[in-house]
Formats: sequence, structure tokens, C-alpha cells
Amino acid sequence: MQPLLRVENLVKHYAAGRPAPPKDKFAALDGVSLSISARTTLALVGESGSGKSTLALCIACLEHPTSGSIWFEGVEVAGLHENQQRLLRPQIQLVFQDPASSLNPRWTALEIVSEPFFVQGRFRKQERSDKACTWLDRVGISRKMVSRRAGELSGGQKQRLAIARALALEPKLIVLDEALSALDYSVQAQVSNLLLELQSSLGLTYLFITHDCAMAAHVADEIAVMDRGRIVESGPAEKILRSPGHAATRSLLAATPGVPETQSVLVNS
Amino acid sequence: MRYFLGRTLHAVFLLFGVSLLTFLFSALTPGSYFDEMRLNPQISRETVAALRAQYQLDRPLPVRYAHWLNAVAHGELGFSFAYNSPVGPLLWVRARNTLFLTITAMLLAWLLALPLGVWSASRFGHAPDRVLSWTTATLLVIPDLVLALGLLILAVRTGWFPTGGLASLGFENLSPLHKLRDLASHMALPVTALVLATLPMLVRHVRASVAEVLDAPFLRAAVGHGIPHSKLLYSYALRAAANPLISLFGFSVGTLLSGSLLVEVVMSWPGLGPLLLEAILARDLYVVISGVLLSMIFLVSGNLFADVLLYWADPRIRIAASAK
Repeated sequence: MQPLLRVENLVKHYAAGRPAPPKDKFAALDGVSLSISARTTLALVGESGSGKSTLALCIACLEHPTSGSIWFEGVEVAGLHENQQRLLRPQIQLVFQDPASSLNPRWTALEIVSEPFFVQGRFRKQERSDKACTWLDRVGISRKMVSRRAGELSGGQKQRLAIARALALEPKLIVLDEALSALDYSVQAQVSNLLLELQSSLGLTYLFITHDCAMAAHVADEIAVMDRGRIVESGPAEKILRSPGHAATRSLLAATPGVPETQSVLVNS
Repeated sequence: MRYFLGRTLHAVFLLFGVSLLTFLFSALTPGSYFDEMRLNPQISRETVAALRAQYQLDRPLPVRYAHWLNAVAHGELGFSFAYNSPVGPLLWVRARNTLFLTITAMLLAWLLALPLGVWSASRFGHAPDRVLSWTTATLLVIPDLVLALGLLILAVRTGWFPTGGLASLGFENLSPLHKLRDLASHMALPVTALVLATLPMLVRHVRASVAEVLDAPFLRAAVGHGIPHSKLLYSYALRAAANPLISLFGFSVGTLLSGSLLVEVVMSWPGLGPLLLEAILARDLYVVISGVLLSMIFLVSGNLFADVLLYWADPRIRIAASAK
């Protein structure tokens, strides 16, 4: 089966500090290749600074890679002109790590979720708020909270709101960039279960970026381990967690409390 | 509504305090308008004393202040010793000219600063941004006085612009269109000087605030929803960056006003600047106090206006205000 997303040999350089001559470049992505099948979850794990977020931005067409290609539904998107990328962006939505800064603090929950409709010019006024309410309801934000502003919501509610906003344009792929990392454990569990439920009912594909192997084990079908701009190991989640082949994977596993339990849960199920 | 009342009350208290301080400080300066008369042998001691008594300069300070406050409450700003006329009408004509100049300059400066700053922020760190940064930095270090004098030299050398005043001789006889042209050519230099003096600061602030929000994830999310670049910059980013800029707007009224006093003196624009300078040199007490107070009123109204704008622009402030 053709994968929904295929990344080939992606390279992204950043100039290392502005005064430096252009040849001094820092490679945030150093030849990354991966693919995600439709309706599955690929967890991308790695330490901070390993290039996970850069990869997320490139896949969401928010950064231009230096070289390499990104195929989305069989179309090469990295080389597309800005105007064509703009038309494509609604298909791939991002959920950011910090829910506080990813939501416009001036807007109410309802305004935040209807915003994508305004940007896209979809629906009429009444329909927009109806749709937005439906999505908010879907992620577990009740009717009486829709007129609250982002600052008046809890961390978990904010992240649910961000998920609702990402869902509004009915994307095929959602990139969750450390989307649960800022939440505490019990809330992480609730939101990750919400994500799993949405995936099975809406047929979504997730690229789940995290540094938390336990969470990766909980949500992912496949895991890819990233280290210093490269994918060092990838395969089925169970296999990677049970017999890590690379030092970077082992050090991530060692830093995650409670992975053995998750593993056994996975094995039993 | 309570928000506005609070802000207005705040402004009134501020004005009261400033008037008290101006009164105090002017009393601390040695000498008065009439002291120079004493050096004149043709004026007798008794005459000077009588004049001082007539203008109540021999009374204690609190009495004078109370008297003056009472007069202000009745709409009179005191009496000018030098012009031998009430301060009010004298000041009003000058204030109108100053306001005309500063408001034009302010509108022009902001109209230029907003697109320049946003444009610069959207190319943050690239060549055009750096060129603009260097230009604004250079303009910032040139003192207003040098700028104004430089422009004046330019006008004298080229003869393109009149070098002073508000209107040409025979202004009344011109047709409306020519009147407008005449006024514009007279305003060109002082307005340019004022715009050049404030623009760099404004551009840098706009650039910094917009560049800061351009990195915010919620704008990235909007890009992710497929928003066009220009709409992102001017509709989303500028609005998100508006709060500090609105406060700056209030502040810029103050800086423009103080800059204007100087430019007016250099370019002999018949505004508050030359009047105040003369009054200070001649120790024309009530003109000085009223002039300072009037400038303060402009400044406070500028800030009040900014507060109202802020209230209108940011729903969070509206909520915080109504929750109180």
C-alpha cells in the first residue's frame, strides 16, 4: 500500500548565528527518510535538539527544507511554490507543544476553532460556529466553556482546543509536536485516549513527536528514533522498545520511568 | 464605563500634581518679571512694589496657587506681564498651530512606521531589514536640533521651501487651492523634521513587536490553515503586536510635543515653542505655567486616547475592567 506520507533524504540547514559566514551551517536535519501509512501512528522519539520539531515544520510545509523530498499522497510537496503549498497546508495540521502560546490569547474558544473556516472562507457565519461547536464538543469542551478565552482554560482544555482547531479543516495527517509534554500525567492519559479515539473514528494519521518512550509505546504503531538530525532506528513499536538496537534509543528508554510495564501491557494485548 | 472614569480621574489627578509642581518650581527660581525694572532708574521703587502687589506677587505661595486654581476653574489662565493681556487667548492661537503641526507629523510618522516596521520584521535579519536598521539607528543618534538645522540649511540653499512662519504674505488673497499649497510648503520642513525625529523609534518598536509575535505558534497555526502572507502580517501579526504599539502611540504624543517645541523655535513656527521660550526667558510666570499645563493636557489626552484604543482593541482588558 502506498504510504500517506513519505519523506526522502530530507536535509535542513540553518545558518549558525547571523554574523557567521554562510558556509558555517548547522544541519538540523541530516538526510531523514521515513514513511507513514494511512490511519497509523508513527512516533518520532528523540532528545531535544535532535531535529524533531524541524522535521515537523518541514512536513507541515511551514519550513522549506534545504534538500530532499516530501511525498504526500503521492505528490511531491517540498518543491511546490508557496501558493500551491498554501492550498495544501489544510491537509496537514500541527498541534504544538505549548498550548498557551499556540492559541491566540485574545480569542474565545469558539473563535479559535472557527478561525480556520474564516481563513479558508468555508461556510457561512452561523454554520461556522455550529461546526466549531461540534468539534469542541467532540474533544470534550462543553457548550458553557466555548465563550471562554484561552487564558481561562486549563492546560488540558487548551490542548483539547488546539486539537479541535487542528481537526476543523478535516486534515488527513496531524503532526503532534510534543503535544502532550506540557501536561501532567493524568491529563496526558486522557488526551492521548482522546487522540486514539479520534483516530479510529475519523481515520486520522498521526506523526507523534515525543521524547517520552512510554507515551510512544501507548499510542504508536511504529517508532522512529532520531538523533542529531538522523533517524538511527525505526520499526514496529513493540520491537524497538523490547530490543533497542541503538545507543540513542537505549538512553531514551533509560530516561523513561515505567517503560517495562508499558511493554508488558503491549505484549499482553 | 468605569474604566474610562478611572482613567479620566487618574488624568485629572496627574494634571493637578503637575500644576502644583510647576508652581512650586517657578517660585523657586530667583527673580521675577519685575525685578529687571528695578535696574531701570526711571522706574521708582514704589511703582515696582505697586505692580508686584497688583499682580499679587507679594502674597505667599499657597495663596497665589489657590487664587490661580480658582481662576483656572473659571476658565482664566492668568495674565501675561509681557504681553499685557490674558494668557488664554494668547495661548489658544499658538496651541492650535502646535497641534496642527504635531498631529500632521504624528499621523504621517505612524503611516510610514507601520508598513516599514512590518516589512522589516517579515525580513528579519535579511539584507533589507539590516539596511533599514542601520538607517534608523543613524537617524536615532542625530539630535533633533541638528536635524532641524540641517533641513533649514537645505531650505536656505535650495530655496525650495520657505524657511519659517505659517503662511506667506498676502495669504488671505489666495484662492483656496493656493492657500492649501502655501500652507503645505510652510509645513513641509517642520513636519519633515518631526517625522525624521520620531520615525526611527517607531519603526524599531513596530519591527520588534511584530517580529516577536511572528514566531508565536498561534501564527504558525494560522499559516498552517493556509492564510496568505500579507493577511498574516497585517491582519494577524499586527493585531497581536498592537498592545505595546498602542501604548507607544500615547507616548509618542509626548515625545512629538517636546520635539515640536524645539523644531518650532528653530523653524520659527508660530506655535507654543517660541512663546514658551520667550516667556521663560522673561519670567512671564503665568504664560509658563499655562504653557506647561497645556502641553501636559496634550500629553495626558494622548495617553487617555491610547488607553481607550487599548480597551477597544483587546478583549482581555475589557474583561478585566468589567470584572473589577
